[in-house]
Amino acid sequence: MDIHKFLTPPAEMARRKGPHDRIVLSSRVRLARNIKDAAFPGWAKKPERVRVLDLILPAVQSLPDLKNSFAETMDRLSTLDKQILVERHLISREHAAKSAGSGLVLNQDESFCVMINEEDHLRMQSLRPGLQVRQAWVAINLIDSALERKLDYAFSPELGYLTACPTNLGTGIRVSAMLHLPGLVLAEQINPIIQSVNKLGLAVRGLFGEGTEALGNVFQVSNQMTLGESETAIVERLEKVLAQIIDHEENARGSLVEKKPKVVYNHIGRAYGILANAHSITSKEAMNLLSLMRLGVDLDLFPGTDRAIVDELFVLTQPAHLQKQHSEKLSAEERDLLRADMVRERLATVSRPVTNPPPGPTLDKP
Amino acid sequence: MLCCVCKEKEATVHLTQITGDKMQKVDLCEECAKTKGVNDATGFSLADLLLGLGASQEIEQAGGGSELACPRCGFTQADFKKAGRLGCPECYNTFAEALEGLLKTMHKGTQHIGKVPESLRHSRDVADRVKSLQKRLSKAIEAEDFEQAALLRDEIKQMNARTSGSPAT
Ligand SMILES: [Zn+2]
Ligand SMILES: [Zn+2]
Repeated sequence: MDIHKFLTPPAEMARRKGPHDRIVLSSRVRLARNIKDAAFPGWAKKPERVRVLDLILPAVQSLPDLKNSFAETMDRLSTLDKQILVERHLISREHAAKSAGSGLVLNQDESFCVMINEEDHLRMQSLRPGLQVRQAWVAINLIDSALERKLDYAFSPELGYLTACPTNLGTGIRVSAMLHLPGLVLAEQINPIIQSVNKLGLAVRGLFGEGTEALGNVFQVSNQMTLGESETAIVERLEKVLAQIIDHEENARGSLVEKKPKVVYNHIGRAYGILANAHSITSKEAMNLLSLMRLGVDLDLFPGTDRAIVDELFVLTQPAHLQKQHSEKLSAEERDLLRADMVRERLATVSRPVTNPPPGPTLDKP
Repeated sequence: MLCCVCKEKEATVHLTQITGDKMQKVDLCEECAKTKGVNDATGFSLADLLLGLGASQEIEQAGGGSELACPRCGFTQADFKKAGRLGCPECYNTFAEALEGLLKTMHKGTQHIGKVPESLRHSRDVADRVKSLQKRLSKAIEAEDFEQAALLRDEIKQMNARTSGSPAT
């Protein structure tokens, strides 16, 4: 099956709505599971990996929730298609590098995705737009319970679900949310926030950048510890912290507009200026400027403009998605030109930002 | 400064992560940062990587010797030190000693609390589990770790409710 007949078009993806989605881009819960009496994928020889794949793939596909899903072995996907899946955060880079003996199952609305023989035999993810970590956990818990009737999981009463890396041992759960935090970055409050969240045993990192530098001001918050704490306790702790971060971001935006409006208008105006007029732009620069435009939309500086225009460009400007729109193989330089063309064209209908937004944009408090 | 993964190339990516009162620093070259998926949403490999590197230091100090091998899969303690990953589920028994200290520094506790596959909930493992939870509970109370004690008590209550409340299959 061609994966592109299956994947949701970016335009539709960008229009998905979720609670607090002006700050929380998406919520995700991942469970790591392994099959009893089989070596972990990193240590297993190829015949054993193939055996495990042949065991898991039909079991996953037979679940009622996964009717009409996309299922394929990794050797049958092209490098470009794998990269597109990475850019959509559906599979990891590590999984994209896999070939025969590894597989993928993706459900129809892309809310559930299973990587088979990544680092563990099974890495299942449940995805939701906006702040919905609890819903994501409820959904994946049901699927996991259905699957455990078909597969013999490696489980120890003492140590819980046994995983290839001891960091995932126990519940095997990783709960996370992707956050857009331009206010905290502009107000230079992001580092203290990261540090205090770290102290609570949660990890924060820039999604596309290195260390605390985050491209597009997108950060990911997730739990670190998986053993000695129940899934619900982890979900609740993350929910609490996310509510606080949302609060801080809204406050930062509010006080920036109130105390330093010129700084805000300058950043957003320049971002628009470059995006709407550039003839060559890298994906990194595009992402940083689109983040500021997204902030501008949130602050009502682009009246009548739908945030989906910006969110769609976030996806479409990434290298593999851009390449997919063109039949010939593009060099990085060619991509920069075509990227700029696409952004200019799509922003042609968006007027430059106003500097007197209608009073009181609604605060998005949890 | 050399990359702490390949120990060959110059490190250009410097990461710091604070968890509780522990601070970890990792210096990577461009290439290793990329292959380790430092900027990867689905992999979460940064946390794993950081902890994995801590793991190899911890293993070095643990007993058992690097020639200790898993009877099920042949994985050795030296392999674990190198990879920061284990060979098979049975490895958790084989390397239990070396793992104990590691799990303590890595996680909130060393006893699983949370979901249990349904097939195990009805078997005698439940009895064993409750027994082991109770043992840990008295240890926690002794150590005046009341937070952990409360968690364990809840878990015992849940386990008991599950076995008595659900029909036998
Ligand atoms: Zn390196
Ligand atoms: Zn083993």
